[in-house]
Amino acid sequence: MLSFNTLIAVCLAYVVALFLIAFAADRRARQGKFGWLRSPLVYTLSLSIYCTAWTFYGAVGYAARSGLEFLTIYLGPTLVMVGWWWILRKLVRIGRSQRITSIADLISSRYGKSNLLGVIVTLMAVIGTTPYIALQLQSVTLSFAVFAGRSGGWAASDLNATALWVAAGLALFTVLFGTRNLDANERHYGVVTAIAVEAVMKLFALLAVGVFVVWGVADGAGDILARIDASPIAGWELKPGRWVSLIFLSAVAFLTLPRMFQVMVVENADERHLSTASWAFPLYLMLMSLFVVPIAVVGLDLMPAGSNPDLFVLTVPLSQGREGLAMLSFLGGFSSATSMVIVAAIALSTMVSNHIVMPIWLSVARQGATVSGDVRQVVLTARRVSIAGILALGYAYYRVSGGGAALAAIGLISFVGVAQFLPALLGGIFWRGATRAGAAVGLITGFGLWAYTLFLPSFEGSFILSAELLTQGPFGIGWLRPQALFGVSGMDPLVHALFWSLTLNTIAFCSVSLASFPRPQERLQGAQFVNVFDHNPNAQGWVSGMAEAEDLLVMAQRILGPEQAQGLFSREAARQGKAGYLPDTSPDFLQRLERELAGSVGAATGHAMIGQIVGGASVSVGDLMAVADETAQMMEYSSQLEAKSAELERTARQLRVVNEKLTDLSVQKDAFLSQISHELRTPMTSIRAFSEIMREGGMTAEERAKYALIIHDETIRLTRLLDDLLDLSVLESGQVEMNMQTADLQDIIERSVTSAGGDGCLTIHRDPAREQVALLTDPDRLSQVFINLIANACKYCDAEQPELRIRVRRNGGNVEVDFVDNGTGIPAKSQPLIFEKFSRLGDQRAAGGAGLGLAISREIMANLGGSVIYLPGQGGAAFRVTLAVNGASSTKSKP
Amino acid sequence: MGKKVLLIEDEPNIIEAISFILKRDGWTVATHAEGTTALEAILRHAPDVVILDVMLPGRSGYDILQDLRGADDGQNLPVLMLTARGQTKDREMAERLGASRFMTKPFSNKEVLAAIHELVQA
Repeated sequence: MLSFNTLIAVCLAYVVALFLIAFAADRRARQGKFGWLRSPLVYTLSLSIYCTAWTFYGAVGYAARSGLEFLTIYLGPTLVMVGWWWILRKLVRIGRSQRITSIADLISSRYGKSNLLGVIVTLMAVIGTTPYIALQLQSVTLSFAVFAGRSGGWAASDLNATALWVAAGLALFTVLFGTRNLDANERHYGVVTAIAVEAVMKLFALLAVGVFVVWGVADGAGDILARIDASPIAGWELKPGRWVSLIFLSAVAFLTLPRMFQVMVVENADERHLSTASWAFPLYLMLMSLFVVPIAVVGLDLMPAGSNPDLFVLTVPLSQGREGLAMLSFLGGFSSATSMVIVAAIALSTMVSNHIVMPIWLSVARQGATVSGDVRQVVLTARRVSIAGILALGYAYYRVSGGGAALAAIGLISFVGVAQFLPALLGGIFWRGATRAGAAVGLITGFGLWAYTLFLPSFEGSFILSAELLTQGPFGIGWLRPQALFGVSGMDPLVHALFWSLTLNTIAFCSVSLASFPRPQERLQGAQFVNVFDHNPNAQGWVSGMAEAEDLLVMAQRILGPEQAQGLFSREAARQGKAGYLPDTSPDFLQRLERELAGSVGAATGHAMIGQIVGGASVSVGDLMAVADETAQMMEYSSQLEAKSAELERTARQLRVVNEKLTDLSVQKDAFLSQISHELRTPMTSIRAFSEIMREGGMTAEERAKYALIIHDETIRLTRLLDDLLDLSVLESGQVEMNMQTADLQDIIERSVTSAGGDGCLTIHRDPAREQVALLTDPDRLSQVFINLIANACKYCDAEQPELRIRVRRNGGNVEVDFVDNGTGIPAKSQPLIFEKFSRLGDQRAAGGAGLGLAISREIMANLGGSVIYLPGQGGAAFRVTLAVNGASSTKSKP
Repeated sequence: MGKKVLLIEDEPNIIEAISFILKRDGWTVATHAEGTTALEAILRHAPDVVILDVMLPGRSGYDILQDLRGADDGQNLPVLMLTARGQTKDREMAERLGASRFMTKPFSNKEVLAAIHELVQA
């Protein structure tokens, strides 16, 4: 019979061995002899901290209770390793290039180094991991109790004390190896090596128990298969909803568990190790699960009803008197528990110290804090205290929960809690649009729902949420019941909680991200993370000779001005004893140049500019962000100014145009009024003069008749002028209605010739056959135009025998009517003016019109949808009237 | 034979009216209806007084006045300017260029006669 003291002794010996291994590994690493420390095998084995005591002991219990469902816990990570390795690769690349220290650091860093997010993720991780740590303490304590119960001399009441001792021991180990030094990369070779050994240990132990069960207890594989068929496990039915949910959940947890992030990303020494792990780790998991069902089946057969199936791995060998095997199995379980607790404590303490303790400490002790030696001490102390605190929390949880729930249940609750990191994590590395606000709201939403629907109900009414609230809902509101949210009842509580928390988390994350705008730093970090594969970080610092002095001079001239820059360079060249003005680009000189530049453009920009020319190597993300911050505001300011000045320019241009137009209009108006005044006053002068003459009397009858006629004619002239002005005004405003109707062109011409008295003063030549065109037009208005043209020819044609030729020609849908006389025509310089108002030419006053005729004609033709133009080069004066046959192009016409 | 008035005006009815008034008053009236040759007409007719319209075909009355005042023997010839453009700036322009009197159309016959008398006596 194995004594309890022997157990303790073996246990201590095992721990001491681990200490020695960790110590040796740390020492090798410090000496730079990495060798197998950086082998992909160690990396793969370190991933096995995924398999905790829960997996080691719990899987068998899980199988005994729920059949093959335990496989989901292994299938999830397998899926990630095989199918989602590209996500892992991206995470690892980002982790290395950004010097990420934890999952909280990754999320905080991605969203613009947001301390708020760091704190949220840290708190969530601590709360989510605490039950898990409690679970490990419980499993170790229970396994102790198994031996203690058999050997006697160890009361069950000592269980709590045992748990406390285990917690204290683990804290000690973690503090010793997890906080030995402050490595920039946060790698812990000692711990990782110890964990790899523990991984081998637990696999070996489980395989040994499995082999014993199959070939020692049962009669080989065939017998086991028969027993499985006979056991309740054979009757197990797959519930698709729960099955898929659990696979998904364990896959997500594999990515988001803080301890997994620690070994997978932070402790990763070489990205290529992932490719080995992508097949080796699933293999490890397969081996771990290989004998789970046989052990469960045999356990159910052998052990008395009511014995805890979670402990079959221990109790089956013990019941067969195989103490040594039980011992091995115990060490396997112990390894599983301790490795998980150690890594989880390291990961959490890093998060707590970096995101909670340090910011507080820095803000309290702002003066003198900077980067002196005591910061290191503060960080290390913070980590050590955090580790102790985290284990204390785990112990407290163990005591509060009383070890009541089955192991697997606690593990899954923890999984759902950390799964809430997924949207912010994946969104952060694949979606540049994800924002800090979105991540924060999503995380808080998801975590709140997790606490409400799963974590708090797991206490079954003993903690915060009362039993009544669980069954009735808060304030009796049924649809707010934690385990039947929004009236969704009958769902498995775990699936229910996973569904609601992750769905609403994702929705909140996406919608708030879309609705909010990232700050410049978030943008920059987002680009760095999402496009991590586009960057090719060059690990070298800048060294002398890598930069061309000429390039530096060009840049320096741009910033310092040519004279000062050339002076600086030639002074430096002289100092180096070189001829010419280009010095060697020694590190010394680069530094001096940087200082000069910093004086002009600020330190961050100066540094970044030199770095860019020297090779970009020494420009850190922090530098770039500082530059971006410096320039972002200036750019914003200058772009605002630019926009303003462009707007002003536009306004000024518009004003100029309007002003020109107004000036033109004003000049036109003045000229027009002056013209009208003249045109009105002239006939009035005659009328007044002659009416005065007649009033005075004393003239011949002949004279009286003549003067009366003049008065009469001038009155008519005045009236006609006023009529023309009114007509023109109406036509110009476009408010005149054309009286469109079908008319014969020949009729209109006929009428016009008669009205103008044309045949009297000149000979008119026509071609009546061609004039037979049916038109849709306003015949009166068109006739007005024709009359005006004929009358003009009559007045102004200076030929001895004045003649006017009226030609009609069809041109597609249009008809053209030309009026050509045989006079000298209109001088070229006057041609552009003749259609203007009062543009009566020269001394041909006899006309008697006011000079509005052509202006009116032009307006009429525009209203009819046609035109009247002067045709140069026809011998005499020539006008062409063009109009559509069907009046179609007339926009102002009414059908 | 009365004193001689040269009427430079292009509107036939106004020529008729002014000629009638002046002749009835005993003046000798010469007329000219064009701008470009108006200065020669003044020299040719050598009138005692000129009535000058502003809006003349070919050349404006202002230009004719300016040339007249610039000529050796044109300084003291009385000129009555008539215009149908009754704006202040026209009056100012006429006075600046040396018009003896300025009247806007339509005018009162009596005023024209009075102005002519005044100008010839002065």
